[in-house]
Amino acid sequence: MAECHPVGFQWVMEAKARGARIFHVDPRFTRTSAMAHRHLPIRAGSDIVLLGALINHMLSGGHDFREYVLHYTNASVILNENFRDTEDLDGLFSGFDAETSSYDPETWAYAAEHRDETLSHPRCVYQVLKRHFARYTPEMVEQVCGIAPNDFAELADAVVANSGPDRTTAWVYSVGWTQHTVGVQYIRTAAILQLLLGNIGRPGGGILVLRGHASIQGSTDIPTLFNLLPGYLPMPYAHHHEDLDSYLERAAGDTGFWGHKRAYMISLLKAWWGDAAHAENDFCFDYLPRLTGDHGTYQTVLDQIDGKVKGYLLLGENPAVGSAAGRLQRLGLASLDWLVVRDLQLIESAMFWKESPEIESGERTAEEIGTEVFFLPAASHVEKDGTFTNTQRLLQWHHKALDPPDDARSDLWFMYHLGLRIRERLAGSTDPVDRPVLDLTWDYPEEGPYRDPSAEAVLREINGYDADGETLTGFTALRDDGSTSCGCWIYSGCYADGVNQTARRKPGAEQSWVAPEWGWAWPSNRRILYNRASADPQGRPWSERKAYIWWDGEQWTGHDVPDFEKTKPPSYEPPPDATAEAALGGADPFIMQTDGKGWLFVPRGLVDGPLPAHYEPHESPVSNLLYGQQANPVRQVYPRPGNRYNPVGGDVYPYVFTTYRLTEQHTAGGMSRFLPYLSELQPEMFCEVSPELAAERGLVHGDWATIISARSAIEARVLVTDRVRPLRIQGRVIHQIGLPYHWGSAGIVRGDSANDLLPIVLDANTHIQESKVATCDVQPGRRPQGPALRALVRRYRRMAGIPED
Amino acid sequence: MGIESWPVIRQLTGTDPLGRGRAARSGRTDALVPRTRTADRVADSVCPYCAVGCGQKVYVKDEKVVQIEGDPNSPISRGRLCPKGSASKQLVTSPTRQTTVLYRRPYATEWEPLGLDEAMDMIADRVIAARRAGWQDAFEDKPVRRTMGFASLGGATLDNEENYLIKKLWTALGAIQIENQARI
Repeated sequence: MAECHPVGFQWVMEAKARGARIFHVDPRFTRTSAMAHRHLPIRAGSDIVLLGALINHMLSGGHDFREYVLHYTNASVILNENFRDTEDLDGLFSGFDAETSSYDPETWAYAAEHRDETLSHPRCVYQVLKRHFARYTPEMVEQVCGIAPNDFAELADAVVANSGPDRTTAWVYSVGWTQHTVGVQYIRTAAILQLLLGNIGRPGGGILVLRGHASIQGSTDIPTLFNLLPGYLPMPYAHHHEDLDSYLERAAGDTGFWGHKRAYMISLLKAWWGDAAHAENDFCFDYLPRLTGDHGTYQTVLDQIDGKVKGYLLLGENPAVGSAAGRLQRLGLASLDWLVVRDLQLIESAMFWKESPEIESGERTAEEIGTEVFFLPAASHVEKDGTFTNTQRLLQWHHKALDPPDDARSDLWFMYHLGLRIRERLAGSTDPVDRPVLDLTWDYPEEGPYRDPSAEAVLREINGYDADGETLTGFTALRDDGSTSCGCWIYSGCYADGVNQTARRKPGAEQSWVAPEWGWAWPSNRRILYNRASADPQGRPWSERKAYIWWDGEQWTGHDVPDFEKTKPPSYEPPPDATAEAALGGADPFIMQTDGKGWLFVPRGLVDGPLPAHYEPHESPVSNLLYGQQANPVRQVYPRPGNRYNPVGGDVYPYVFTTYRLTEQHTAGGMSRFLPYLSELQPEMFCEVSPELAAERGLVHGDWATIISARSAIEARVLVTDRVRPLRIQGRVIHQIGLPYHWGSAGIVRGDSANDLLPIVLDANTHIQESKVATCDVQPGRRPQGPALRALVRRYRRMAGIPED
Repeated sequence: MGIESWPVIRQLTGTDPLGRGRAARSGRTDALVPRTRTADRVADSVCPYCAVGCGQKVYVKDEKVVQIEGDPNSPISRGRLCPKGSASKQLVTSPTRQTTVLYRRPYATEWEPLGLDEAMDMIADRVIAARRAGWQDAFEDKPVRRTMGFASLGGATLDNEENYLIKKLWTALGAIQIENQARI
């Protein structure tokens, strides 16, 4: 956190100054470790064992926050008698189909019978959890993670001591948890731990994700993602005779706040298709294209190579450096008919046909690459109005300071004017496939010398309007009869009362510590989600020290906007036929869940199991000590030319590597490697190795090393340091190599890309790649130049018995 | 100016014998003012790098960004910026920033210049053609009404309003391969 989110880390330091104890769990010692009380080096890819052992510690020692667990989680729910755990099936859950490598989740569903409030029924979630995690012991932590029992005990004791009515513990993570073939289950394990300890919905608690781009949260909320519509409504999948009703039935539950999904969806359709959308035509629901599987970025790249994708637009992203399997990324670009790159600098993804590892090795030449490339200069953040959504769901408006230079334009300008041109060309078309784009609402007021569309007008459309054209006050004002429009229901209220709430800048020093008048947080300016859980079932703060919102006899009040109906009393019991939020009780804090409870056990929604289980990374030096099942059985693998996998174990690729970022560079480098200050501060690609590994392989500090996988080989300067320590795993020494991934073939400072080493292998829930752990070899010296580079990679593959490309 | 204004004389005769204070100052030093004070205007902004969302003050003089500083009013950042945020003036004013359109023909070995209007027209034509080429009315017998002909990647570095128009236009055109860094 100190490395990649340094200014956010000041709050960890504030907490430390007030007595908080800071643990840093990371394969490497970083600037975060330097400021923490304790650094726990861990083998990359083993976090579920550490977190699972903490869960086991809480359950077997009776340290759970019983009243919270009993009332606010599904601990007492009785499970289906046909459910089989990984304990019964050696690492698989019931419902697995080996032929399709997928689960049928039917047996994961709750049994019809009621809850067991004594938590003693053998099939209640609490008991199932206890049995499931019993094998996650401190000894297992030592054998799998490389963390000694006394270090584990120190962590476990600290977490216990710092949780309960009076205290809360927070877990902070980033892509170190998500970029695994078990990424979602990492976060699930943390969620189970935090729910058991009562650390969700309370100040100082939570599972806090630190995201790496200015509005990566916003681009998830208003998704430039294939599987979502704005506000986490799902994109429709292809079915026979699918209409709005059957879509909504599948989209979400009927109880809890998703119960208003019809209002959210119809308001979105009204925002997009205006008067053309009405009850008689299902509000243009059929205008939405349908999905049939994984259409994520990695599938798209493979489809590019296979000639299925003709055109590609890169809008402020540099996959030639920033995405896994860099060579495949660039081969994908080289297979296109045309490519549009919008950026500030001539990044690698714009220059791949001229400067790239493939050009250098002679594998490709510009004369053979048929891709037509357009580079369109982008406006910077100071040259346009708009909002970023930061990592805590806070929308902040940034004001345009000046016009962009020359041909540089905002992406708002680009999309708007491209849309105008496309609609002009299609005008008069009678082909039904053109109706969605011709009926689209696309009339934004223009401003400035370049005819920029008004960003405020777009934000107002996102906020939504009522039937009279007034901006909506919030999502509870949305209707399902077509009388309201709203571009993203969770953002409704960001322009309440006709005021741009996201532009509020009341100085922090002039308001409470919650700072509710700085920017605007979704939903409804609530700063801590599910904050009803900060009070006990009767509505009283769990303790004076942790008071946040509470019931004052008539309504919910406190330091934040209640994430709950303001006047629903704690004693409220839903009538049997109630829907939406009315179906949740006054002591059900998790208002987006169908039952209002935090889910320790997840009966539906995940494709790889209702509970987390440790699986080894796809590429691992060791076998799975916990189960016979080696790796996540439903992970997405793509064994094909260019994407060969290193075998498990063996001597050819004996080392683990992990990729990461540095304070002075930014992700794929498009915004940092071209800046003189930052280039000077972090001028060169390097690898971090321990003195022991350096001795084993003859690596010299400051000299060069070549790192080799089945995909490619890269070179890096050697940094011999105690910051990476060899770990003793299952009786043998495991070396880990640290690789920053910022560099490429363009910019002021250049170097090889760590992502070239990685394969495409994905978490099946998110389709995110496993880039935090893979295996490799390392040798002293620079890598071969020209055709010898691919020859080296081939030679290694042959040694490991991997199929030829 | 008289000899008494020489630094060495002031150092020897004044209250700063070591020449580390007043004696070392010149008329030029005294006349210097921070760029932030002489700016024509200042815009409230937000750092474009990570997702902490630090407040920035953008100072503009003669239609050029002359300084970007942390905003002390921000309850998130309290005026601080990290090395990247502190360098963001260079992000905007970088001499290597490409500010005109470039075009690379198929199989060409060099870029060539292209007008923005012409580029936009060419891109609009190509989007329409690729959409048509990759159009699917049905997939495995189920209606899909979509195009697989073009794809789009990016959004995490952009504004919400920009992401909104990207998703809205591409979806209306039937494109589904719309992605950004959040998948990575």
